[in-house]
Amino acid sequence: MALPATRPTAAVPSGVVLSPDQLLEIYYYLRLTRTLEERLVALYRQTKVIGGLFRSLGQEGESVASAYALERGRHKDVLSPLIRNLGSLLVMGAQPIEILRQYMAKADSPTHGRELNVHFNDLERGYLGQISHLGDMIPVMAGIALSFKLRGEPRVGLVYIGDGGTSTGTFHEGLNLAAVQRLPLVVIGEYNHWAYSTPPEKQFAVKDLAEKAKGYGVPAVTVDGNDVFAVYEATRFAVDRARRGKGVHFIEVKTYRRKGHAEHDDQHYVPKPDLERWAKENDPVDRYVQRLLTGEMVAEADLKDIDDRVRVEVDQATDACVNEPLPTPESALPGVYVDPPAADKLWFKVL
Amino acid sequence: MAEVTFLEALRQGIWEEMERDDRVFILGEDVGLYGGAFKVTEGFSKRFGESRVIDTPISEAAIVGAAAGAAHMGLRPVAEMQFIDFISCAYDMLTNYVATARYRAGLSTPMVVRGPCGGYVRGGPFHSQNPEAAFLHTPGLKIVYPATVRDAKGLIKASIRDEDPVLFLEHKWLYRRIKEQLPEGEEILTPIGQARIAREGKHLSIISYGATLWKSLEAAEQLEKADGVSVEVVDLRTLLPMDDAAIVATVKKTNKALIVHEDTRTGGIAGEIAARINEQAFEWLDGPIMRVTAHDVPLPYAPTLEDFVLPQTDDIVKAARWLAAY
Repeated sequence: MALPATRPTAAVPSGVVLSPDQLLEIYYYLRLTRTLEERLVALYRQTKVIGGLFRSLGQEGESVASAYALERGRHKDVLSPLIRNLGSLLVMGAQPIEILRQYMAKADSPTHGRELNVHFNDLERGYLGQISHLGDMIPVMAGIALSFKLRGEPRVGLVYIGDGGTSTGTFHEGLNLAAVQRLPLVVIGEYNHWAYSTPPEKQFAVKDLAEKAKGYGVPAVTVDGNDVFAVYEATRFAVDRARRGKGVHFIEVKTYRRKGHAEHDDQHYVPKPDLERWAKENDPVDRYVQRLLTGEMVAEADLKDIDDRVRVEVDQATDACVNEPLPTPESALPGVYVDPPAADKLWFKVL
Repeated sequence: MAEVTFLEALRQGIWEEMERDDRVFILGEDVGLYGGAFKVTEGFSKRFGESRVIDTPISEAAIVGAAAGAAHMGLRPVAEMQFIDFISCAYDMLTNYVATARYRAGLSTPMVVRGPCGGYVRGGPFHSQNPEAAFLHTPGLKIVYPATVRDAKGLIKASIRDEDPVLFLEHKWLYRRIKEQLPEGEEILTPIGQARIAREGKHLSIISYGATLWKSLEAAEQLEKADGVSVEVVDLRTLLPMDDAAIVATVKKTNKALIVHEDTRTGGIAGEIAARINEQAFEWLDGPIMRVTAHDVPLPYAPTLEDFVLPQTDDIVKAARWLAAY
């Protein structure tokens, strides 16, 4: 029954203080992530979600806690989320209605129906959507961190990579470049045990992802990814360090993907007892709530209020956009270049 | 006026843009103190400092990806591929990430990826490539390929100022082989997307770019003298977006089109140009659209082999003579 190694392998300074308001704000984002995804499941089953639906069940804790360690606001820190980092996006200020519109391919979605799910961005708020080619966001975020360094701005970039994603060439090229240039970049390695259906032992021959980062001279720690406090503390340490010009830091978060790759995937390849154990004993939201209540850090009624508030917000966002139209067909054409507009180059206009 | 080489023109263009705009910076392999494998960035590190002339690891995907990230944040990266052959290592990054960014996500990515391309220099299969066709069907990318000293300078400056990502191909056979008088103290900017008539003619059009533009001009001269055939030569300069108007105009004028490129034949740009002529100027044609290209083989090293595989002036003369008589 032993859970995978969750103890930090390097010292993380304790003593990070979170106020009751901050603790409740973290809880709000955890609850919002889970409730919004549950709503998306309902919409998926009603065939209102156009493409696949990707759950972050079990990974909300590390997503929310790591993003929460950043400085947020206009032109502050920038992160690049993966498909299972809905919580990170919400922390950075993405709105539930934007997520709903993206999944339903609405005309008024942030990408106007051109891209899927969490593949969208708002660099002013501080998030840059991924593309599907895993690993590519590491060099791109290194470039964003490079812009901070070149301009002497006290800003930090944060980028996520899955255990499977660390097998890509771009992950290694990007991490190495960032290390050599001592860029203000924090990399969160999400060891969630499954890359689609592939387990870690078929993905790499090291025990911990942190070992890969150490190979590039990047300080790396392994933390319990389902412990919100541990992830927050580790990220906060790495972010502060990067902001002080000390370079890249890698944080491995051990967690577990409790749903299939996407909603269509019944995850028959995952041992049932493992799933049950992680759900029952190691759910990040349950653990967080338990910590808050046993430590008497917040009142139970406050949590209940947040649950209610989240439900109302998700209901309102859904009602506001569920019947919106899809984009018009010809809106597919413009915007490939600034100039000339694609519409001037329509091949069928010559007929 | 001062006589400068193609390479010096490029160097001046990048230098002037870095003087003009402190958002412009260079990254690539050996570009710093060493000045680049061909010395395009020689002296830049001393003038602009190591923070604006960044030596990178041998990581083409990371170079292009990091350039993209910096470009999103408002900088103007100029990324060097030591030889453009290595752009294939960054193919994913350039086609999937960079070229789609504006369309899929409204992201601005003003960046230049530049590097030496082309053969006739005994470089073998991996230091001689012309990769343009691999990127031609990449909406969102621009492909610029200058043939003259003036355009080398004018187009690199325009590419650095462009709001969209540009793949900039520099034929290394031209680097030190051609020279031109360029005015000093006058800004040279060549608009992207516009072809140029390199030689006026009446009987037949040769459409080309890069090193084979010069071989096409030689062929035109020979045909004029030996056969009295008046050949118009069009220098495309930008391959994407393609200047359809200039292509159609020359075909309507001469009624015959020969397309010449150094890249291999199958799937080469000549096929795309031929299709556009068919769509837009079929009725004006008095003969089949012909092409002179490299043979469909990886480019071999030995002079006898390379010379045989790549298009030569004689090949162009033969094809043009046949077409003129059609």
